[in-house]
Amino acid sequence: MSHFIDRLTFFRRVEGEFADGHGVTTNEDRRWEDGYRKRWQHDKIVRSTHGANCTGSCSWKIYVKGGIVTWETQQTDYPRTRPELPNHEPRGCSRGASYSWYLYSGNRVKHPLVRAHLVRLWREARKSKKPVAAWASIVEDAAKRKSYTTKRGLGGFVRASWDEVTEIIAAANAYTAKTYGPDRVTGFSPIPAMSMVSYAAGARYLSLLGGVCMSFYDWYCDLPPASPMTWGEQTDVPESADWYNSSFIILWGSNVPQTRTPDAHFYTEARYRGAKSVVICPDYSEASKFADLWLSVKQGTDSALAMAMGHVILKEFHVDRQVPYFVDYIRRYSDMPMLVRLVAKDGYLIPERFVRASDFAGALGETNNPDWKPVAFDEASGDVVVPRGSVGFRWGEKGKWNLEEKESTGNEATLQLSLAGGELVDIGFPYFGNVEHDHFTGTDHPSVLTRKVPTRRMRLKDGEAVVATVYDLFLANYGVDRGFGGEHLPRSYDEVAPYSPAWAEAITGVKRDQIVAVAREFARNAEKTGGRSMIIIGAAMNHWYHMDMNYRGVINMLVMCGCVGQSGGGWSHYVGQEKLRPQTGWLPLAFGLDWSRPPRQQNSTSFFYAHSDQWRYESLDVSEILSPTAPEGSWSGSLIDYNVRAERMGWLPSAPQLETNPLTIAAAAEAKGQDAKDYVAEGLKSGALKLSCNDPDAPQNWPRNLFVWRSNLLGSSGKGHEYFLKHLLGTSHGVLGKDLGEDGRQKSEEVVWHDEAPQGKLDLLVTLDFRMSTTCVYSDIVLPTATWYEKNDLNTSDMHPFIHPLTAAVDPVWEARSDWEIYKAIARKFSEIAPEVLGVEKDVVMTPILHDTPAEIAQAFEVEDWARGDVDPIPGKTMPQVTVVERDYPNLYKRFTSLGPLMAKIGNGGKGIAWNTEDEVDLLKRLNGVVTDDGPTQGLARIDSDVDATEVILSLAPETNGEVAVKAWEALSSATGRDHAHLALPKEDEKIRFRDVVAQPRKIISSPTWSGLESEKVCYNAGYTNVHELIPWRTLTGRQQLYQDHMWMRAFGEGFCVYRPPIDTKTVKPVIDREPNGNKPVVLNFITPHQKWGIHSTYTDNLLMLTLSRGGPIVWISEADAAKGGIVDNDWIEAFNANGALVARAVVSQRVKEGMCMMYHAQEKIANVPGSEQTGQRGGIHNSVTRTVLKPTHMIGGYVHQSYGFNYYGTVGSNRDEFVIVRKVAKVDWLDEPVEQSSTSDGASNLEAAE
Amino acid sequence: MSTVLNYIVYGWYPYVCLTVFIVGSVIRFDREQYSWRSGSSQLLRRRQLMWGSNLFHIGILVIFAGHFVGLLTPIAVFDWLGVSHSFKQMLAIVVGGVAGIACFVGLTLLVHRRLFDPRILRTSSFGDIAILLLLYVQLTLGLATIFVSLNHLDGHEMVRFMNWAQGILILRPESWQLIAGANPIFKLHIFLGMTIFLVFPFTRLVHIWSAPVWYLGRRGYQVVRARPHAPRTTPAAWPRDRTS
Repeated sequence: MSHFIDRLTFFRRVEGEFADGHGVTTNEDRRWEDGYRKRWQHDKIVRSTHGANCTGSCSWKIYVKGGIVTWETQQTDYPRTRPELPNHEPRGCSRGASYSWYLYSGNRVKHPLVRAHLVRLWREARKSKKPVAAWASIVEDAAKRKSYTTKRGLGGFVRASWDEVTEIIAAANAYTAKTYGPDRVTGFSPIPAMSMVSYAAGARYLSLLGGVCMSFYDWYCDLPPASPMTWGEQTDVPESADWYNSSFIILWGSNVPQTRTPDAHFYTEARYRGAKSVVICPDYSEASKFADLWLSVKQGTDSALAMAMGHVILKEFHVDRQVPYFVDYIRRYSDMPMLVRLVAKDGYLIPERFVRASDFAGALGETNNPDWKPVAFDEASGDVVVPRGSVGFRWGEKGKWNLEEKESTGNEATLQLSLAGGELVDIGFPYFGNVEHDHFTGTDHPSVLTRKVPTRRMRLKDGEAVVATVYDLFLANYGVDRGFGGEHLPRSYDEVAPYSPAWAEAITGVKRDQIVAVAREFARNAEKTGGRSMIIIGAAMNHWYHMDMNYRGVINMLVMCGCVGQSGGGWSHYVGQEKLRPQTGWLPLAFGLDWSRPPRQQNSTSFFYAHSDQWRYESLDVSEILSPTAPEGSWSGSLIDYNVRAERMGWLPSAPQLETNPLTIAAAAEAKGQDAKDYVAEGLKSGALKLSCNDPDAPQNWPRNLFVWRSNLLGSSGKGHEYFLKHLLGTSHGVLGKDLGEDGRQKSEEVVWHDEAPQGKLDLLVTLDFRMSTTCVYSDIVLPTATWYEKNDLNTSDMHPFIHPLTAAVDPVWEARSDWEIYKAIARKFSEIAPEVLGVEKDVVMTPILHDTPAEIAQAFEVEDWARGDVDPIPGKTMPQVTVVERDYPNLYKRFTSLGPLMAKIGNGGKGIAWNTEDEVDLLKRLNGVVTDDGPTQGLARIDSDVDATEVILSLAPETNGEVAVKAWEALSSATGRDHAHLALPKEDEKIRFRDVVAQPRKIISSPTWSGLESEKVCYNAGYTNVHELIPWRTLTGRQQLYQDHMWMRAFGEGFCVYRPPIDTKTVKPVIDREPNGNKPVVLNFITPHQKWGIHSTYTDNLLMLTLSRGGPIVWISEADAAKGGIVDNDWIEAFNANGALVARAVVSQRVKEGMCMMYHAQEKIANVPGSEQTGQRGGIHNSVTRTVLKPTHMIGGYVHQSYGFNYYGTVGSNRDEFVIVRKVAKVDWLDEPVEQSSTSDGASNLEAAE
Repeated sequence: MSTVLNYIVYGWYPYVCLTVFIVGSVIRFDREQYSWRSGSSQLLRRRQLMWGSNLFHIGILVIFAGHFVGLLTPIAVFDWLGVSHSFKQMLAIVVGGVAGIACFVGLTLLVHRRLFDPRILRTSSFGDIAILLLLYVQLTLGLATIFVSLNHLDGHEMVRFMNWAQGILILRPESWQLIAGANPIFKLHIFLGMTIFLVFPFTRLVHIWSAPVWYLGRRGYQVVRARPHAPRTTPAAWPRDRTS
């Protein structure tokens, strides 16, 4: 009862003795022990994970005590692996282990918040007006609008009720849809695989509305365009367990122990098993200490290293000695035997496009898609044959789209790799290693290297042509001396000529003997093991402007050695990697495909480039990247012009799409008695209709509403952060440079130039988050969402084969709600108020030519632009596809919460195959129940709760429903003519349901959506089914395509892989002498790797993680550079260039290579960031000094593998070519006085401070 | 100093302090078991702690014993033993002086460490710093009294303090008159001493109660606690235990 009284037993305490008095037994109170017992006693332990920021996908135990989440530990109940393979668990890292801090932290968003100026205007307007009219009265009055848009980021939030904020949002959406068009309502959310239902909630709302979902993978620059170029696949990689099967692992710019922490044990275990490991990385990273050999390559020159290694492999394993396995592999699985036409240019020939069946008289007997069937020689007969498997066989016919060694007619055909013995001809290859750059070494070889290649002349229907195989051209491009002769052909590894090891040493700083040794061992291992050499790549290589060259250099090495598609081998790109394994089940839920198709989807890079007006500051001229071997034609214009051309030719998507409201077009077409398609095509041609992309700064083309959820767009991924603030948000910003107009450098040809750039394009920025992130700080409305321990959802990764859930350990605290419930509430409110201005409407949707659809074979040869009169605008062929979609706005909520009729009517599918799905719809009706309310959704399956939504995904996806898997494989079988269903038949009866994954993570079922298998025999490995099931890659040739023959690829010199030095962004010189403070500036390359103390932006505001690091923003610099700038460790430094400025502490370390600095990605602006001497604003984020630069080759579309896919292909936001001026801060200013006193205030902000 | 003030401070304040000291300690022991500890910062930084802590503790234990025996042993006992007042005064000055200096050196190290080691400073509570400074002032005052005592080596002042202390203990608040005229340094020292008793239950000083002195005489070195004889039907409500 009382501890004290219990102690008053001094004489009775000892009860006895034992062990001859060495031990005593006492009757002391033992209740204190309960504390230790209860340490591990809980109300409950719930399975959840960390669901948006991290792609590690680790299952965690979440402990709840007294209704409070106390902590989390790693789950250890993953299903076991095979006897000879280590188990997956435990998975998790220190970041995940500190997540529970967020739930009750001061940084938690607890209530719906709205900007005070806005809500004051709203309440005033609502006294007399209906919601939409009230919104109109605010945004149509420039002064009122400005009164809140200019205050973004300056504080001033007040609480509001859910009812009120959802009404504001719904009114803004309805007003925007009615006034400008629903495609001005946009939403950004990344990485759906990490919390599929949360992503789907917003995407479903936007898609039913006709709004635009924005991509993330390309915008993050995690998408490697080299992957779709080579394989027609976004990204497909081996799971981490497959590392264990490898015996030679190169980590190339990947920092596995730091950024793939839960998987790193497989790397260690592979090394215990005897695998050799080489780490290639400029800095001494955590991974470097695992290496048998560490190559410290000069940052940004990886492709030079890869080219030299490829040179060695080709020379020793393909020319001097031919390894049978390698030769067989490249013959069957790559485009090496395919024939390329050669055309004259400046006295030599250059490789042009693949020769197609249609080039021959009679099209070699091909009637279906002869334009899309490349040809090769048969080794035995010497005749030209049409090998099976190319894309021409995929569409319009069945049974021949496979990689059997047969020609179209069914005869056996062994394709000829080399035309050696044929006429030797001078072929010109572009060389970029001579481009001048202040910070990168080059060589002075000529811009065109002519090399002799064996060719053959042949008669085509329009005359004689000279052709060569990809194989011969490929070897010549690598500078491999086969005795044919040529310029600057290195005769030995020690001769400095492209692409010899000595040449690479000059450029990369890596010793030539190390290059030779690594290449040799890599290939020798692959030879002995049948392809078990693996290259693991991280963001370090993909974030450069010429990332394709880095990647293709590496991919070439893997293909040369037959590693792709073999267990323990291949290309392991782990960058923002996610694998939404039940993707085909999720797509209908997320994009409302059960109600209307197609959805509006936009590539974010082009969108933000245009709408944050970064194009107005473009410093890269097309002439700087154009190839000296570019085909004849006009290559003028600026980068945004190329994007506009791509949009109008149907290559890239647009948002907004037309200057005219798309809700009005169908009616206009009807009035003219025309089909909407014809009406739009005609209107565009005549100029009656205009594409928005031609004038992104005109008010009718602004994106008006933006939702951000599961994301920290402005604190993390927003490249060109300061441009976002200036133009998209219209608030105080730190842009230091001038736009092109101010300098008289403006030269866009397609895009209208406004002398005065708009500031503040967004009417409304709504962010859903559980923490007050940088994005929240800049938003107009912040909605408190459930944390990852407060909602039900699904989670998958490509690092392991399991699907597992997020489960609500506790209800969302304070006023928070799950994303699903928030969007449901917005949908409900929208349906309530929509009738004020909207009813059932017809929406004209424009979509680009999409990959994996029959339309992907759109533009076979030349680039033909209807706007230049080359061709007529034909929807879906030479311009975007046009579809009329019905929107039922008053019933949007009912549609949101039920599974629409199209699933039963049209079925489901993915990646070009389709199947019937009636059984699953029926199952869902029984599982979730049906809607009983009167109305258009009566009798349909319900999707009311988040768990209902998970069941929709799980039931419809082949990966989680064996019956669907069998149907999907059968659908693929009919295209390939081979039986694949055997891969899923043993699991036909398996149906994974939500409660199953709550009980234990479940291994998914093999499906044709992916190129690897989940089985008891092999680990998941990308390309496995292509190699072992002979399913073609989804490229033009159906094989791994190492030669890119699209006209724009050739124009920009990337038909074959070459070395290209980083571009010059020219952002340092204009500002290097700006605002001197007496300290010496140092110019450094700005590198933004992933960090140890955070996953993207989450955890960089987490007290536990901040405590383990330095408690605020840091930039790592080398000792040498620090000495140059008079900087010592922990000094405050400023990094700035024309794009803006950031302030951080310096970490001075031997680890860092001289000439570069590293700022770990996404350190929050809200945690310990002082003011900048340059901008007078708070110090900025890592993206304050970056700006997006587009690359024309990523805009290519309508060309099989180079066709647009959402998050699949398109422009990417590279950022590593940037240089910054690093300077010690003279006076640290925390800017902690009220706004009205600060030097940057404009007087109008006094009100803000008063609040 | 006014009579009333003397009366309150040296007549009644001691009872307030002793009451809070005893009742407070018991309540804290009962309610805050998990805060009943010395709050050592040894894990955070060993530097300065070994010398500082040992010198301080040895010194303070000697001083404490001196005060305890010296003040509370009835005069008659010393007379019976034949210990003269002046001898006892000298003994107190010499032993107390040596121990006091050791303690002073130790405490100086500890104060410096606590205030100037950023890691220790940031993990210190207000109470940690306050009690340390309080002890520092008290010790300084105590050392200062030596110089006063040198003026009356016959020990008559000392006897008055003994009588006062013993008088208070046997519930005679009027004993305040005995020291009303003492040197202000002594009076300040006594006042602060009582104040330390007052704040005692609210600081880490509570660990003094639990000094593991029983280890010294215990034979059995393996201690086994028996199961409770009667199984508890209702476990103690856990939220009150600060287990996390």
